[in-house]
Amino acid sequence: MTHYSAWSIVRNGLSGNRGWTRAWRDPAPKPAYDVVIVGGGGHGLATAFYLAKEHSLRNIAVIEKGWLGGGNTGRNTTIVRSNYMIPGNTMFYERSMRMWENLSQELNFNVMMSQRGQFHLGHSPAQMDGLRRRGNVMRAHDIDSELMDRAEVMRRLPYLDYSEKARYPIYGAMFQGRAGTARHDAVAWGYARAADRLGVDIIQQCEVTGYLRDGERICGVETTRGPIRAGKVGLAVAGHTSLLAAKAGLRLPIETHALQAFVTEPIKPFIDHVISSGAAHFYISQSDKGGLVLGGDLDGYNSYAQRGGLPEVEHTLASAMALIPSLSRLRLLRHWAGVMDMTMDGSPIIAKTPIEGLYLNGGWCYGGFKATPASGWCFAHTIATDTPHDDNARFTLSRFERGTQIDEKAAGPQPNMQ
Amino acid sequence: MIRLDCPVCGHRDETEFAYLGDATVRRPDPSITDPGTWADFVFLRDNPRGAHCEYWQHVMGCREWLIVNRNTATHQIDSCQLARSVFAGEATMAASS
Ligand SMILES: Cc1cc2nc3c(=O)[nH]c(=O)nc-3n(C[C@H](O)[C@H](O)[C@H](O)COP(=O)(O)OP(=O)(O)OC[C@H]3O[C@@H](n4cnc5c(N)ncnc54)[C@H](O)[C@@H]3O)c2cc1C
Ligand SMILES: [Zn+2]
Repeated sequence: MTHYSAWSIVRNGLSGNRGWTRAWRDPAPKPAYDVVIVGGGGHGLATAFYLAKEHSLRNIAVIEKGWLGGGNTGRNTTIVRSNYMIPGNTMFYERSMRMWENLSQELNFNVMMSQRGQFHLGHSPAQMDGLRRRGNVMRAHDIDSELMDRAEVMRRLPYLDYSEKARYPIYGAMFQGRAGTARHDAVAWGYARAADRLGVDIIQQCEVTGYLRDGERICGVETTRGPIRAGKVGLAVAGHTSLLAAKAGLRLPIETHALQAFVTEPIKPFIDHVISSGAAHFYISQSDKGGLVLGGDLDGYNSYAQRGGLPEVEHTLASAMALIPSLSRLRLLRHWAGVMDMTMDGSPIIAKTPIEGLYLNGGWCYGGFKATPASGWCFAHTIATDTPHDDNARFTLSRFERGTQIDEKAAGPQPNMQ
Repeated sequence: MIRLDCPVCGHRDETEFAYLGDATVRRPDPSITDPGTWADFVFLRDNPRGAHCEYWQHVMGCREWLIVNRNTATHQIDSCQLARSVFAGEATMAASS
């Protein structure tokens, strides 16, 4: 397998691009591994990579029922930011941001990290107070954040609706300059290739259907391609977390909900940053191909259907039009949905489970893409050492019964409101 | 668009309703002091793929609470009943058994 470089592009370009070799192997599952990770999304692949790289484990498999990145990793709006306020979240997401900044180099794969900056709009004096507080917490943790008033936002984002009768009046914004977007598929492929180079077996079209047990302990998985024994099993299956936990006898503080995203026909450069709005729960950015990528709220009821309903289409597009009236004549190219593992406090779980041999990475809600590097890194640490790292120490399963939820939105145990 | 057949108002769009979630979860007997029982009630859900029994409220109609049986993979609705009539039925069953 070749190392990618400017030189390899020139060399292969001159020889008609016939010299490229496949980016990762397609091995048949072995009878046993030290660690089996279930789920070939960004989180599962990153976990395998860091288990191999940081903890020198070599006998690892990632098992994916479909294709790599075919879950939420390949369906999300790719916003990467670290503007979280509650202890437990703040430094975890900042760890992730710092890892993103070097990820293309670390993986030798261009993940197209684009730190174009994110404006989070404030639509009332109270929201501006909230953003000032959040920004101050960030700055106290050495995370960049700027508060901008209405005049500054008007100068930077002249196309928003600033009129007297605007549905969402603009009072200002919180700006994180290091935030931005990355290419979702490249993240899955980059981690897959880098993990494969360290000997990780990546097995696609293989569904985990149950567990192998040694007494109470879990010692492997049943799959559609036969049983596979494992010293440890780690779950990273996003919206399907409850189903795989149920097979092990666990009930979780999770509901599965659908979230939709949209992309318009491509246009010339128009929106230079990521823009989000807390009032409308709406976010938009422009892809490198020119399409505007936008998304909104959950559909609002439990759903495993990877497609959404029309009311949320209307809501998202109405929000888009209310904030940026000049979008009115754009046509949508595609829209789709993913199924989210929504927790009862809106924060994730990276922890050992009460069942020996089983480790859980889940509950990412609609915000886990940005977490991919730190999630993989912390989950690998938890699996390899049997203790959490400081940065995921609060992402426990027991926090709910202990009353130490990390409820960034203060929405309470109502997943469709988180 | 999901359409619910409200026993009071008839077929209405989902946008008229608010959703609360799993209706098989029931408040434990208040005399139970075990915190685990209460934590389960507040936080843990079966979250099935397939048949799901759930609460909706017709907030923009009759304001009745409903118990709906819906498939979470296909969104097919199998039944939509007034919550109070379901509870009344359960109470009669309990009394007669
Ligand atoms: C529309 C949308 C927009 C979003 N926008 C953002 C955003 O802007 N920023 C952000 O940070 N996050 C965003 N997210 C959230 C983000 O996409 C997810 O949190 C993240 O990608 C989860 O990654 P993952 O690897 O855990 O899950 P996935 O990528 O879903 O991977 C899980 C994998 O497990 C596999 N699997 C499931 N069951 C089994 C089984 N039984 N056996 C084997 N394999 C199995 C699935 O096929 C899947 O490939 C968004 C999500 C959606 C849907
Ligand atoms: Zn009604």
